[in-house]
Formats: sequence, structure tokens, C-alpha cells
Amino acid sequence: MRVRVKYSKQGLMKFIGHLDMMRYFQKALRRAGIDVVYTEGLSPHMSMSFALPLGVGMTSDSEYVDVDLVRDLPGSEIVRRLNISAPEGIHFTDARRIQTGKAHKGMTLAARADYTLRLKRPVRAASCASGILMEDTWTISWKQEFLDWLKQPQILVMKKGKKTEKEIDIRPLIYEAYFTGPDAAQGEESQGGDLHLGLGAGLDRNIRPELVMQAFAEQTGRTYDPFLFEINRDEVYADKGNDAAHDFISLIDLGEIIAGDNPASGVFGG
Amino acid sequence: METRLALPEEILLSVEKPERYLGNEVNAVHKDPAHVQIRFVMCFPDVYEIGMSHLGIQILYDMFNARPDTWCERVYSPWTDLDKIMRKERIPLFALESQQPVRNFDFLGITLQYELCYVNILQILDLSGIPLHAADRLYKKGYEPGSQREQDGSGTDSVSRTNPLSGGKMEPEKELLLGEGAPIVIGGGPCAYNPEPIAAFFDLFYIGEGETVYDELLDLYRSCKEKGVSRKEFLRRAASIEGIYCPMFYHPSYHEDGTLKSFSPAEEGIPRRIKKQVVKDLNLSPFITKPLVPFMQVTQDRVVLEVQRGCIRGCRFCQAGMIYRPTRTKSLETLKREADQLLAASGQEEISLSSLSTSDHPELEGLVTYLIEQYGRTKNINISLPSLRIDAFSLDVMSKVQDVKKSSLTFAPEGGSQRMRNVINKGLTEEDILRGAEQAFLGGWSKVKLYFMLGQPTETEEDRRQIARLAEKIAELYYDTVPKEKRSGRCMITISTSFFVPKPFTPFQWATMFTPEDYLTFAHTVNEEVKASLNHKSMRYNWHEAYVTVLEGLLARGDRRVSAAIESAYRKGALFDAWTEHWDWKRWTEAMEETGTDLFFYTRRQRGEEELFPWDFIDAGPSKGFLLDEWHKALEEQVTPNCHLKCSSCGAAKFGCGVCFNQEDGRPLLRAKTGQVYHYPVESCNPVPGAWKAEPGQIPGAQNQEHGS
Repeated sequence: MRVRVKYSKQGLMKFIGHLDMMRYFQKALRRAGIDVVYTEGLSPHMSMSFALPLGVGMTSDSEYVDVDLVRDLPGSEIVRRLNISAPEGIHFTDARRIQTGKAHKGMTLAARADYTLRLKRPVRAASCASGILMEDTWTISWKQEFLDWLKQPQILVMKKGKKTEKEIDIRPLIYEAYFTGPDAAQGEESQGGDLHLGLGAGLDRNIRPELVMQAFAEQTGRTYDPFLFEINRDEVYADKGNDAAHDFISLIDLGEIIAGDNPASGVFGG
Repeated sequence: METRLALPEEILLSVEKPERYLGNEVNAVHKDPAHVQIRFVMCFPDVYEIGMSHLGIQILYDMFNARPDTWCERVYSPWTDLDKIMRKERIPLFALESQQPVRNFDFLGITLQYELCYVNILQILDLSGIPLHAADRLYKKGYEPGSQREQDGSGTDSVSRTNPLSGGKMEPEKELLLGEGAPIVIGGGPCAYNPEPIAAFFDLFYIGEGETVYDELLDLYRSCKEKGVSRKEFLRRAASIEGIYCPMFYHPSYHEDGTLKSFSPAEEGIPRRIKKQVVKDLNLSPFITKPLVPFMQVTQDRVVLEVQRGCIRGCRFCQAGMIYRPTRTKSLETLKREADQLLAASGQEEISLSSLSTSDHPELEGLVTYLIEQYGRTKNINISLPSLRIDAFSLDVMSKVQDVKKSSLTFAPEGGSQRMRNVINKGLTEEDILRGAEQAFLGGWSKVKLYFMLGQPTETEEDRRQIARLAEKIAELYYDTVPKEKRSGRCMITISTSFFVPKPFTPFQWATMFTPEDYLTFAHTVNEEVKASLNHKSMRYNWHEAYVTVLEGLLARGDRRVSAAIESAYRKGALFDAWTEHWDWKRWTEAMEETGTDLFFYTRRQRGEEELFPWDFIDAGPSKGFLLDEWHKALEEQVTPNCHLKCSSCGAAKFGCGVCFNQEDGRPLLRAKTGQVYHYPVESCNPVPGAWKAEPGQIPGAQNQEHGS
């Protein structure tokens, strides 16, 4: 049975990198006594794949891993067992059956990810080594300016690959952008508030929220450093539509609820 | 419960591997500080990846946290990048779990696994803001984090610098009460068997295995703190607990030639001798129920199952083989239970059997069969078997648990010639090695690693050349044994040599060392012979750093006066000496020069057989008479049988357990040498009164065996 497991990664866990999360998850499955199918070959390893790696420093409510189980288990039971030994910051929230085959893997399907960004205050320099307090160029007006900036038909940025660096237009990959939180009229407070971004994700159209914010900062004369925003990933979606008419559906909703003998202990609202 | 971080996110995300500093590993213990009375922080003074791989800390971590009144946390040496930031920003060193400053703890326990970490101990104390000298801690609460390295050595605590253990008589300040100042700094582990070079920095040392008297010490601490006694009074009382050594209450005096004249308690009621602590039955001692599982990859990325303690072999260079006597084994039932528990609670994909010589465990076959059937076949758990003797059984086992093509087989003959192997009492003959290699080649292995030591007592150039010749014989054996069509290219024989460092409590504690230049000449001889070998293309040769060896020698057999050189080297920036990229010999030569530390005296001088050694006040089991006997036998190239074959009356039987006793009827297996008198300075090394009965002039160990019969 192939299962899609959803979990959140908060608090201290944001410092744990993707490779270490893969190691963590293998051990977590063993602690939970959930037998996983191993690949054939000289060095067998657990058959599992993560939908979308999360950068170090980011938190998330929606991390996905697809894994092949030896025996069928109710989703609620998978979640319950994994949560027993989960450290502070990791919380398993759902587990559903998905179809096998490469086309159904979260990794293949991921097309959009939503993020919430919060400006840290006071805005300060990244490395304490430099010790310089950054000039606050992120005044009240940045929110409106950001929305205006998005009205451009195209936004060209240099995107670094593993070997190459090329100019791409990120505007079509920004599906959604809006602010919530304190109203602009409320003075000093208004510098804050949450920026919600829906961005392209997956193998060939992935853009990181930092890339968008850095481009905005550079193109509008603001200072930028990687620690400027607290960033949370809210959800990851597949696109059941096409580029002309997107139809985003969250990766968990593509799965089928696995009912068990004892759904009462589950996460489906009991 | 959300933990507040000691380091701002900006720092964590700018240093290498922030996971080292979080304390959120699976199975890490978190308690409410309001509900515990004792805060203990356990330290391994090296980087996280090394420290997290250490079994001893895990055992004590579990054991301490089982006490409802105690919260035990961990701390490791901050890596050099964070070290710089912490000094600059004056951030105090913090315990990982609570992220609270180490300085506010009740105990700082430091495990001493190798001498090269000594400067890192000073880093830990300094970054914590704890006064470096135990004597200062009686009066001074602390300093700004990281500020003590910058002090020039004169100034406020100059009194203790010239006389580090003055006991504070000249200090005008008021004695601190227990709990008012710095944590009690306590050391333990193998290097605590000669604590003297670092005695000035420690309040207490725990000599022996941690499972025995720590509870007593913690209980004493609680009651002393409640009664409001002074720090010094607590230390005085702690010094009476068996196995606890409080350096502050002992005075050394020296002969004109610099050797130790006497070493005695400075006060009435302080024991003259410290008896090593031993767990009598490993089946009943605490074991790890919840192993810590780090997120990042650490050196020992697996669960470690300790199968036995001690070693029956008696190699004369080996400190572990002497100080962990007597050999004690865990039963098959215990081992199965612990393996199940460790794997279930950790989820690790590998289990490693640990001991000094796993092949000597009587139930190894049963255990390996159990692990393969229970975990290897069905659950894809790897089984790793270090320190196995190569024979038909072990090759069969290894072919089941390893990928033969990828793995290599390791032999540790330690000496190149049979003569040398007799000197060191390594019960391994050339025939054993060649037979093992032949079986391995037939079993499909083609990679062999050979370990040797250079610079051992009586070693000649011919002995060194024999190393390469043994490798040549093994290479030839491969081409004779394995037919051409079955070979996958050449065989690869990797020869590694380290330079021998004499350690306390070994028969070689009387041995002399050499200069770094000599060591390199030794290595060049081997290299020359390797290159001249017929099959030199199938061989590779590596040798160890020569200068590090000499430093290790200084620290291993040093006395109290060596602490000045350690402190000076630290002030000059020495840190992570065990790491090639951070190691700098120049700092140490300067430090030795400035403090008048004579390297020749500690490393190359011929020590007299009657000389009182700085560590002689510790009773580690094997008596000095036994060790001296073994030293003589080494020089005569005589072999001593192992503990299974014949008891050599080393003295370890006084602990009343293990291999020294008949498994059926529990009677001691003694062959005490009566009537033999050693010129042994009994005056300064009397046993603790009441610990066991011994009469002057007799070997305490042998006497005790008679007593026990």
C-alpha cells in the first residue's frame, strides 16, 4: 500500500535540513513499528519519496512523504504511531492511500506551494559578525509597493541552478499574493502583517519565496538578507488543470482516506 | 513546551551545522527546572559528532535522568566558528536541552577519553565563565564568558597560578557556599587514571565506572546544599566517597631531579589511595533504555551494544586492557533484551557490538545468530562487528552481514616481527594472520588492513622492516590463493602505523619515547621497505602524526606541573588539537618553553623501577608489582597467557567479580605469588583503610586474592 503522510515542521525543527529529515523519517517509521517496503538491489533502502524539500530556516504546516507499506494500516493508526516518538516541532497530521506509479508521486505532482511571510522586527543585520544594524528600508509603504510591483507584466530575475545561472520571468509563477493582519492606517504596526504568496513549485517551475522578495528588494532599492522574513509553507498543491486554467488541489486531498477498525482515535474528526 | 534558544536564529543559520546546538534530538530528556533539585550537565570536550557517538555519556544520561530529583543535560565543544562568535558577543556556553547557561548548573561532568582534548576542557570552562582553577572556584563566582583566555596570566588569580592548589589560604575573600558559585567540575573516563596534568582544573575526579557511586555523590550534594555548607566542605566530604578523588586535598613533593618524592593527603581523614569503581554484574547494571537519536549524521551513527567490559588478552601497551580489568560479560539473555530495547527505541538501521575483544565473548555465536535472524534478514538492520579475531567463524558471520566485495578485513598485529609481538604480548602469530587472510581471500575478500605500532620498547630497524615483509607475504598469498579468473584486479593491503605512546597502568609505563624526528625515521624505514617489495603496487602505507604523538606522551604521563603548559597553550589559541587542521605544534613548544616544562623529562627520560609515579595513588586493580613483572617479561620477550588460560594474579580479583572467579562455584581462580616482595613505595601508596587488608611489603592484589579464598 502506498501512503502519503502529511506532517508539520515547526519550532526548532526548522534548523534541520532535508537530508537529515529523510534520515529522521526512516528511523521514525522503525520506531513506530511500521514496516516499509525495501528496494531491491545491492544496497536496499526504504521505498519513499518526499514531495518538496524544505529549505533550512523555514517552517511548514504541510510536508509530504510518500511511502510503500508492507501491510495495510488505517491512516489514523499510522499518524498515532508516528506521533508517539516525534520530537517537539514535528507533528503528523494525516495519512492517506495514493495510487502507485511515478505520475502519482507527490514529487511529480507538486505544482504550487503557498507561503506566509512575516517581516521580522526590528529589521537587523543577518550575521552578528558584521554587527551592523541594517537601515530600515522596509517602511510602511512596502506593502502597497509590493502589490504595485506585481502589476508588471513580467519580472525578470537571475535564477541560479546547480551549474548555470539564467534569467527567468517569475511573474507567471506568482499565482497569488495578498496581505492579512494589521491595517496600513495603524502606523508603526503596519510594517508587519502577513504576506501570503502562492508560488510555482516542483521540478521545473519551482521558485522560492526568498527569490521573489530578494528581487523585489533589489528592484525597489531596499536592503535584503536571508533572515529578513520568517517563512512558513502552508500547503502544497497539484495542478489538475492547465496553464490557461489552473485547478489546484492539495496533495493530501488527492489521497483516499484509509478507514480502519477504530476510526475514533483518528485525525479525521473522529 | 517551546524551548527558548540560547543563540539567536541569525547566528544559528550562519554557523556550520546548527543541529549541534539545539538539544532537540529524539529521546532527549526535558524536565521542568522547578521540579528538580540537581542540574547536571555532561560534557564531551570535542565536537558534537564525536561526543554524540560516545556510549558512556548515554549510559550516565539515562541513569541520572532516572532520578526524579536530577535533570542531566549535555554540552559539547562549540566548533571554531561558533567559538569565535561566542567570545566576541560574550554569549555564555549553554546546556543543549534547556539552553540555559552551564555556569548556573550544580555539576559539570567532563568525560576524558583522550589527552588531546585537554585544551578543549579549558574552552568549556572559559566559555561558561567558570574560573579555570578549582582553587579559585572556592571564592570566585565566575567571569565574563570567554574572557579568561584573554587575561595575560598575571592579575587577579596570580596566587593560584603560581601555586594552583594552594587551598586558598592567602585569599582574603570569603569562602563560597555550595551552590553559590560555579558548578562542581568532575572528570571521569580513561584519562582520569592519570588526572594530575589537569588536576588544577577539576574539583573532583571519578575513578572507574560511573554506575556505582554517583548516586551517593548526588545525595551528598543535595544534603550539603540544604544544610548550607561551604563548597570546600562539600568537596572534603565527597573526597571520602570510595572512588572519588579531590585533587585540592593532596600535596605532591618532588626530588631535586624533578621526580615525585611523595604524594599525600593534605588533611586528616582524606584517603591516601583511591580505589577504582567497578560494576560487579553487568547484567544488573543500568543500561540505555532511550538512546539519543541525533538528526545529523554523527561518527557512530548506530546503536552500540556493549557486550562485555575488560579484556582477557593483556597486551602490554594497552591501557584499556589493564584499567577495565576484570573482564565481565553480559549474558545472552541480557544482550538480546538490550538489543531489542535499543533498536525499538531508536529506530536505528545499524547495531554495533562493542567491546575490547568481541571474539572472546563466550556467547557471541548465539547473539549474532539472534541478531541476523531477528533483524538482519527481515528488517534490513545492519550488524557491525568491530574487533573480531579473523577465523573461520568470524568470516562466516561477516559474509552474512557485510558486502564482501566492498568491505575490508582488519588485522591488528601491532608488531611486524614475531619477536616484537612477544614483547607486547600480542597473542597473534604469523600463521594466525596468514591463515586468516587465506580464508578471507577464499571467501571473496580482497582488501586487507593491517595496523601496527612503531617506537615500542626494544624495537629494532629489522622489526620495522618486517612490517612490510608481512604485508608482502599476504599479497603473495592472495595471488597464490585466488585463481586469475576469480580476481577482480589487485588485492589491496593497507598498512597503517601509529607511534606508540606509553600509558599509565600498563607494563609499558616505564618505557621511553622518542623525538618526532626519530618517529619519522621509523616510518621512512617502513615506507622504504614497502616500496622495495615485489607487490608494492598492491600496498598502501599511512603513518600517524609524529608531533601529536609526543604531545600525547607528555599529557599521558605528566604530573601536576604540566597543567601550566596546558593552560599556556590554551591562551595561545590551542583548540581541537585532535583535529589536524587546528593542530599547531608551535603553540605547544612556546607554551612548554614559557612554563619551563621539560619535554625530555616526561617523554624520553628512562624512568626508574622504584620511581613513584604521579598516578600511583590510584588503585586500578593490576598492582604495580604485576605491571613491573610484565615489563621485565616484555624485555625478555616472554609471553603471558590470557585470563582464560591462566590467572596471572594481576590484582584485579580484589573487585570480586568477572573472569577472576569460577563461573560454576564462584570460587576465585587464584594463583597468588606469595612471599615475593617488590621495592614498592608503600609509604605513600597505602590502601584506603578498611578497603582491603594488605601488609606492607606484599603485593596488595595478591594479598587480597588470598584473603578472598
